[in-house]
Amino acid sequence: MQSLLASIRIAAATMLICVAFYATAVWAVAQAISPDTANGSLITSKDGAIIGSRQVAQAFTRPEYFWPRPSAVDYDGAGAGGSNLSPTSSKVTDRGKEIVERYGATPANPLPADLAAASGAGLDPHISEAAAVYQAARVAEARGMDKARLESLIRRAAFSPGGFLTKERIVNVLELNLVLDRL
Amino acid sequence: MLIQSILFVVLVVGGTALISWPLGRYMKWAMDPADPSSGIAGWKTRAMRAVGGPLAAQDQNWKHYMVAMLAFNGVMFVVTYGLLALQQHLPLNPDGKAVLEGSLIFNTAASFTSNTNLQHYSGEVSLSYLSQLAGLMWLQFVSAATGIAALAALARGLAGRPLGNFFIDVQRASFLVLLPIAFVVAILLVLGGTPMTFDGAAIATTLEGVQQAIARGPVAAFVAIKQLGTNGGGFFGPNSTHPLENPSFWTNILEMFAIIIIPMACVWMFGRIVGRMRHSGVIFAVMLAFIAVKITGAVYFESAPTQAFAELPIEQNVGNLEGKEMRFGPTGGPLWSILTTSTSNGSVGSMHDSLNPMSGLMPMIGMWLNSTFGGVGVGMINMFLYIVVGVFIAGMMIGRTPEYLGWRVEAREVKFALFALLAHGLFILGGTAIFAATPWGADTLNNVGPHGFSEILYEFTSSAANNGSGFEGLGDNTVPWNLATGIVMLLARFIPIILPLAIVGSLSAKRRSAESSGTLGVEGGVFATMLAATIVVIGALTFFPAATLGPIAEHLIYMN
Repeated sequence: MQSLLASIRIAAATMLICVAFYATAVWAVAQAISPDTANGSLITSKDGAIIGSRQVAQAFTRPEYFWPRPSAVDYDGAGAGGSNLSPTSSKVTDRGKEIVERYGATPANPLPADLAAASGAGLDPHISEAAAVYQAARVAEARGMDKARLESLIRRAAFSPGGFLTKERIVNVLELNLVLDRL
Repeated sequence: MLIQSILFVVLVVGGTALISWPLGRYMKWAMDPADPSSGIAGWKTRAMRAVGGPLAAQDQNWKHYMVAMLAFNGVMFVVTYGLLALQQHLPLNPDGKAVLEGSLIFNTAASFTSNTNLQHYSGEVSLSYLSQLAGLMWLQFVSAATGIAALAALARGLAGRPLGNFFIDVQRASFLVLLPIAFVVAILLVLGGTPMTFDGAAIATTLEGVQQAIARGPVAAFVAIKQLGTNGGGFFGPNSTHPLENPSFWTNILEMFAIIIIPMACVWMFGRIVGRMRHSGVIFAVMLAFIAVKITGAVYFESAPTQAFAELPIEQNVGNLEGKEMRFGPTGGPLWSILTTSTSNGSVGSMHDSLNPMSGLMPMIGMWLNSTFGGVGVGMINMFLYIVVGVFIAGMMIGRTPEYLGWRVEAREVKFALFALLAHGLFILGGTAIFAATPWGADTLNNVGPHGFSEILYEFTSSAANNGSGFEGLGDNTVPWNLATGIVMLLARFIPIILPLAIVGSLSAKRRSAESSGTLGVEGGVFATMLAATIVVIGALTFFPAATLGPIAEHLIYMN
């Protein structure tokens, strides 16, 4: 009984310090030094409307936009998730077939794998640089712009996520599409 | 790519190992001050005694220590159960999260009390900010503190001293160890792009004119302690694959560092309290060797491309990307999967259900052993169980009375240790057998054939190892799953804490003898080999038949 009483006292103390004080302190410092990221890295238009989050993929289906990786949750930013399918699953093959058809990939011009594989959270904001270049012809045609110019825009937007620790280069799809819209 | 991968792994694991050394020193200072009654330590001890009341003032024997731990953990469970059950009536609920189902509340409270963080709910879908912070994040602090406290007591007992007082130890671990490190990590996460706000979801109108709700919240504070306390329960459903929970390559490194730093430092803390740093060094090396083998396996097997695309016009020049994020690079996913399951963390940086079959086996091996660094505090305690069995077998082989640090290890201690180790196998294999044979398991699978079996095996493995990761395709929010895994998590948490304390109680009732040349030294290669062999024989071989039915069968059937 005495143990229970001591436990309750310590529960109250830890709740006060490790929850109330800790969360408030982190929140206050976060909002003071980095309000942009602390509020979800939101991108707003000139009139203040929220377009999306830099870090969260959104659906793109029109030909004039670059398309993100497939999402098992249809880009639901309030209910994220992966396919959780085995990489040997026939359901993954079926999805792959649909995507191959949508991009018109052929054995001579195979699709970069990240455009066919669903990401972990279904909200991956990035595609590989190769996956962006792969889509350049379609986007250039839909926008009536020069493909070489588009490819140079892609190269300018691409970056190595881990500097010297990664060889692969990736592109943020939403940011790249915003660049195109603002041209 | 290979060079970058090796460099990356060495940097993360090796860098963390280096930092664990000074942290171990700090943890000894915080948890077991040389003179707890004078100076700064004296001031802190008096404050903590004032919080704990009269029971916090004296040394406890192992039974009193255990009772105190169970009482505190009982309060943890009840408070969180209440918070979750009443969340729809409580404040800090900007998105109006509704009532939760009863067995899910039981499962969640058991899961976070036991430091498991198995999640049968999806955070951003089901829980209010108050439930996340005051319920779950609170348990992420105090359940981790329980483990560190238990290890400190065990080490003191082995050093031939009184065990200490649980009510003081749990406060030391919460306030002096976890809180300051979590604060630093949380701020770094915010700078790296993790949100920390009490506002509800942001509603965006996308470039194509569709509404998109973007869930956010007090994520950074939560994620920091989730990683540091080997908790692993994500703020968002898909855990650290979520771009707001883990926004970049660099936050990914920080979060992986946070997974293993305290489990590593616990080994050094143990050595400092026992007064045998060379012994700790040997244990650390054995743990590191196991982790290196598992990482190599996972990175190698995961470099095979997604098998389902083999016949399609899709490039096969990169590894399996299903369930992975581009920003973490090709090695981030498999490395994380090993670190999170070698410790009892259970957060994920890629979807484990979508790992290649043999790379999916590596995390399971980590959880079957559950001691190659293991959970905060409890990982080293699990290793102590293997040590007890190991020195006993070695003693039998060389025909001397087995001893550990001068304590005579006899039938009673070995029985306790083996019971705790074999209970792990019983929970996993028994549970898997029942659910694989009944609709309870069979009706909840997301994949067919051996991969479906792996989903069930993984779920019980994760529960019994207090890990919390999952093959998340499994439809596990059902009453049978919630009750079965909830019970397994609680038993698998407390049996391997109580029995080692009982062993120490039993050892310290004996007369300690000086270590002589006739006993097995605990500071050399022979001991390391003996310990590794014990871990492989007891930990891994128990589960080999089950592994052949799941991941190994899938690999042999489908991969070519």
